[in-house]
Amino acid sequence: MPSPEQWTHPEPGEGPAAQAAQPSREQVIAGLRNTDAGGAEVTQLLTPEGERIASPQFDRYISDVDPEALRGLYRDMVLVRRADREANAMQRQGQLGIWVPLLGQEAAQVGSGRALKPQDMAFPSYREHGVAYTRGVDFKELLGIFRCTDHGGWDFKAHGFHPYTIVIGNQVLNAAGYAMGQKFEGRVGNTDGDGNPSSTDEATIVYFGDGATSQGDVHEGFVWAAVYDAPLVFFCQNNQWAISEPTERQSRLPLYQRARGYGFPGIRVDGNDVLACLAVTRWALEECRHGNGPVLIEAFTYRMDAHTTTDDPTRYRLSDELEVWKHKDPIERVRVHLARSGFADQAWFDQVQAEADAFAADLREFCFNMPEPPPERVFANVYAEPSPVLDAQRDEYLSYLAGFVEAGER
Amino acid sequence: MAAPVKSPVDGAVPAMQKLTIGKALNLGLRAAMEADDKVIVLGEDVGKLGGVFRITDGLQKDFGEQRVLDTPLAESGIIGTAVGLAVRGFRPVCEIQFEGFIFPGFDQISSQLAKLHYRTQGKVKVPVVVRVPFGGGIGAVEHHSESPESLFAHIPGLKVVSCSNPADAYWMIQQAIDCDDPVLFFEPKRLYHNGQLKSEVDTTTPPGPLFASRVVRQGTDCTVVAYGPSVKVCLDAAEAAAEEGRSLEVIDLRTISPLDLAPVFESVRRTGRLVAVSEASSESSITSEIAARVQQECFYSLEAPVLRATGFDTPYPPSKLEEHFLPDLDRVLHTVDRAMGW
Ligand SMILES: Cc1ncc(C[n+]2csc(CCOP(=O)(O)OP(=O)(O)O)c2C)c(N)n1
Repeated sequence: MPSPEQWTHPEPGEGPAAQAAQPSREQVIAGLRNTDAGGAEVTQLLTPEGERIASPQFDRYISDVDPEALRGLYRDMVLVRRADREANAMQRQGQLGIWVPLLGQEAAQVGSGRALKPQDMAFPSYREHGVAYTRGVDFKELLGIFRCTDHGGWDFKAHGFHPYTIVIGNQVLNAAGYAMGQKFEGRVGNTDGDGNPSSTDEATIVYFGDGATSQGDVHEGFVWAAVYDAPLVFFCQNNQWAISEPTERQSRLPLYQRARGYGFPGIRVDGNDVLACLAVTRWALEECRHGNGPVLIEAFTYRMDAHTTTDDPTRYRLSDELEVWKHKDPIERVRVHLARSGFADQAWFDQVQAEADAFAADLREFCFNMPEPPPERVFANVYAEPSPVLDAQRDEYLSYLAGFVEAGER
Repeated sequence: MAAPVKSPVDGAVPAMQKLTIGKALNLGLRAAMEADDKVIVLGEDVGKLGGVFRITDGLQKDFGEQRVLDTPLAESGIIGTAVGLAVRGFRPVCEIQFEGFIFPGFDQISSQLAKLHYRTQGKVKVPVVVRVPFGGGIGAVEHHSESPESLFAHIPGLKVVSCSNPADAYWMIQQAIDCDDPVLFFEPKRLYHNGQLKSEVDTTTPPGPLFASRVVRQGTDCTVVAYGPSVKVCLDAAEAAAEEGRSLEVIDLRTISPLDLAPVFESVRRTGRLVAVSEASSESSITSEIAARVQQECFYSLEAPVLRATGFDTPYPPSKLEEHFLPDLDRVLHTVDRAMGW
């Protein structure tokens, strides 16, 4: 792996055309700074080379992760990545209107998602396909959003997975309110005979990006959760970029350190380390279940693809940066660890890959055959209670449409 | 429709009471909280102080700090957490201290509160009520006298209502809380403690459904439609007109979205004339909508164009000038004269 000093980047003054095509000096600096592993303060349990690091604080939170469970986490990440790549390709083929890739964020999402219990609630942003998968939401149910047939109609209660939220930061306040409700209903701070959280105690987790931390709603969410001791885990996936804006555009301080100002713990975890994400999130959720109030987790990770399929990251970031992060791939380190420890052999890896291919093929077939919603859906469910005004608008429009059918035009 | 409003716990509220609008709202909130322990009240200063207008007076004392929340000072936070609480199964009633401060919460209202039900194909209900004291005439500083209701009526997924008398205040707030859709509840702040309006409220039976306008004075010469604080102005104007032998029919809109215009159409078909009154600026407003719909439905009955007496298309002026801005009795009568003289 090259050290930062060995990277080449353009010097100013190479000619206006060359300069225009190159990222600015500030962006170069921002990019280089961010490819730092997250600083000494980052919690890591599995190195990029696949070595397990002991942690006196967090090992106990993954004591149940035996080789089989570890293989399970690996399989989760491979399936999620494969489905993400398939969806990305389908967008390129015009089958999806847009796709929001999660490439590189599999460990942050699978690790944190697998830390949740069925009774917990997750409030996602719009990139949390991996979390959705861990909550039992079928990947197919996500596709409608991106094929633009619906806004996401999964059963949020059954899955403990709230609808996607596109307005940056809104979901953080909604999650704070939900978590306050859990607390008001007495679902935190109950213990069994041994002083452990009771099996019915609940917590909420909310996902947002580094860019989102600049939004007022996120700040207000921190304030509300803190003053009401809401059982809320703030899970910030710092993937280094908010579209083209680097984290330096959002904060002068490492994001996890902000928690201190609100009076609750903040912790930075290696977001490419599925074990660390699992352990740290379990710890944070347990804090919540005990009634100790919120925790901020900054998962230090990297978006290895465009922001969305409409984005062109070559305009703002260095390819060197991507190359560095490829060495920290969240899936590869688990594969190396499984192989070196003798927990999995090539045949097993091949089998997971075949399973992932089948998963993707199934997704593709579903996508191609997704029915178009009928026009009356435009009018459906605007209100919980019947709306005669809308019913009349719908009926009038449908009979207008029927006129074309009679005229043989439709 | 939502289940009928539960009657208050026996003995909680005497069957007949002489109340102001403010006191009626307070008792209505109390009755709703007694009937359903999922009803919670949240906002700035609503607890110990009872709100800056004292509408929530005594509620925290009786229902505790977990059902009457003195929140941090942030409107997006109030609405945004109410959305989450509603998702969890609560029925939050938010108080926005003054209408001019609702805008930090506008994003949560329009992006989440109004749309979650639609987005999830009906799987998420957000029965949140947002109470908003609105309107002028209290001699206040800037941002304390505005009428932004049209902005909310324009957002699909929200319902918007306003009350103008104590009986409606008592019942409409309970009906709004009982409604499974989000309701923006605009309260005529200058009438809260108006002694002239103090009247007997039957706390055993609601006067009618929430989303229905109502003829509050019958007449034959010209229809006048208004809502909230302007209803009293129009009733006073009708009284004055009667002394001069002119008979005005006054309709209290009560519901702004959905607009219930059937009684207005029916009335205009008889009188042939309509004056719509509101404190809000006129451009792209509720009164514009009324004018459009009435000309569409009652074209052949109209003897004059629909005319309006409204606030001007200016920011709310310094309150030393508000008497010029607000449509008062004389301006309403002048507009009626124009309609009659067409
Ligand atoms: C309020 C708001 N402003 C702007 C946008 C457009 N937008 C969508 S994603 C995005 C960047 C978000 O970055 P970040 O929070 O870091 O999350 P990431 O996408 O990197 O996961 C922007 C500006 C939006 N969705 N909402």
